[in-house]
Amino acid sequence: MTRGDSTAVGESGALDRRNAAWYIDKLVQVLVFVGGISAIVFIIGIFVFITREGIGFVFGELDLWEFLASPRWRPTSDHNPTYGALALIAGTASITGLAMLVAVPFSIGSAIFIAEFATGKTREALKVLIELLAAIPSVVWGFIGLTIMNPLIIKIFDVPVGLNVLNAGIILGLMAAPIMTTIAEDALKAVPDGYREAAEAMGATRWQVTYKVVLPAAKNGLVAAILLGVGRGFGETMAVLMASGHAVNLPGSVFDSVRALTATIAAELGETAVGSNHYQVLFTLGIFLFVVTFAINLTADLVVRGIRKQ
Amino acid sequence: MFTATELNQRNRKVERLFRLLFLMMAGLLILPVIIILGVLIYKGGPVLSMDFLFTEPTDGMTAGGIFPALVGTIWLVSVALLFSVPIGVAAAIYLSEYAADNWFTRAINLAIINLAGVPSIVHALFGVGAFVIFFRFGTSILAAALTLGVMTLPVVIVATRESLQAVPQAFREACWNMGATRWQTIRKVVLPNSVSGILTGVILEVSRTVGETAPIMFTGAALFLPFLPQSVMDQTMALSLHLFVISTQVPGVPEGTPYGVALVLIGLVLAMNSVSIALRMYLRGKKKW
Repeated sequence: MTRGDSTAVGESGALDRRNAAWYIDKLVQVLVFVGGISAIVFIIGIFVFITREGIGFVFGELDLWEFLASPRWRPTSDHNPTYGALALIAGTASITGLAMLVAVPFSIGSAIFIAEFATGKTREALKVLIELLAAIPSVVWGFIGLTIMNPLIIKIFDVPVGLNVLNAGIILGLMAAPIMTTIAEDALKAVPDGYREAAEAMGATRWQVTYKVVLPAAKNGLVAAILLGVGRGFGETMAVLMASGHAVNLPGSVFDSVRALTATIAAELGETAVGSNHYQVLFTLGIFLFVVTFAINLTADLVVRGIRKQ
Repeated sequence: MFTATELNQRNRKVERLFRLLFLMMAGLLILPVIIILGVLIYKGGPVLSMDFLFTEPTDGMTAGGIFPALVGTIWLVSVALLFSVPIGVAAAIYLSEYAADNWFTRAINLAIINLAGVPSIVHALFGVGAFVIFFRFGTSILAAALTLGVMTLPVVIVATRESLQAVPQAFREACWNMGATRWQTIRKVVLPNSVSGILTGVILEVSRTVGETAPIMFTGAALFLPFLPQSVMDQTMALSLHLFVISTQVPGVPEGTPYGVALVLIGLVLAMNSVSIALRMYLRGKKKW
């Protein structure tokens, strides 16, 4: 018998298993592949469609220097509309910055408590509560900023307006904290128990183990958690729209009202005519938001991948 | 006998201190939620009634109920689910059962992370550019629901992929050895063992969809419509947008009304999340392997 014989049998069809089940299997494989690439299709679709609406302005009338360096956002002016986004960028940055000051210590602290100190029922209860905290819709947070935080800030700090950087920053901090806590806790949990046991065998207390061993080992994951929190704060819309005061303003203190990039789109898109300069500049803001959040998410992903490689 | 030295005692003191600090931090994260819920129930509770839930708003939305908004939200969520659950489950099956660990799969994962991370207002712009204008759906339930579906797709994909991957590999191998194809294995072995995990993901997606406001503002939700939507090409009111509108745009709304709407909204969302969490815990307790 030569080696060619067995192939010949296959070719003649005796071993051909291409029955109905085989074809269904192939069909399903194609279908789930289409589903599989849907996320890529949609993310490219988002970029293509927002660019399609905004690109004419970007390469036409947009003065990039004015866009990035002028705080004058007057898109509806009849005589001389100006499209300076600096005040909006400063608004978003100040709110997100304050939110991170609130959220980073609290979420890392909570993550350490949940992952390293809490046990059994306490841990489960905390995790469930934090998950519920993450579920509160952003419009409800905005409503809380408007109705609860606003009078509270006016009363405590004796300022005329309570809708400002402080209000939006605290609200945004509370919104970003649960996500950051969950991701930070995952990062702490990913540190092998062997590290902890080795340190404990040397007589280290639980805090020493955490501080000297677990935190350094989980460093990358914690950085990723913070980055994703920043991305979340950067892109938050409704809560910031309702709690920030929505005044175009370069903030001088936390008691100044500001306006965020996202909130500007949400507040103004409804009043613009499709295709007008104003309409297109709002899509330009959208492209800017998309590119920045994409960069943040990509960086977070690379940082996390860094840990896996180690 | 072992007696604690001064160093031991100091170490223990430091440890207790930090334990307390972190406990307080976790507590301070959770305290606001309890206060918020308390205020919403205290101020919004008295407003709630069958009339409030099942009548239309009247007098320029300063009186009456929220029925059209409630119905509109159900429309939006249902259409969004019809779109995103099949695609999401297919994507999860691909990632868990077919995809190799290569650059292409990493690109898909990165796209999923980004889809979840893109600001909701950018999703709204996408909805306007793609569904409202390019596909000519106009501002309609269809356009709004598709926007919501794209936005919440990652929730379904991630939850489904996790529950598929939790099915032990040996189950699949046993099935393959019987001569079953990949799809037969998935349909008869993998999916039945993970269907409840997929369900928790779908419930989470519903909860997420109910609360979203920005993506539907310009794609299909209307500030005020005195009638119920008849088809997916109609505009509709929605609960989340209704809360935004009556708390910022409409003068003369009685103080309790927005609290009532917020309470209904947060009640729906938290109830759904609790069901999802409870289901997950029940399943973990029941697991056969």
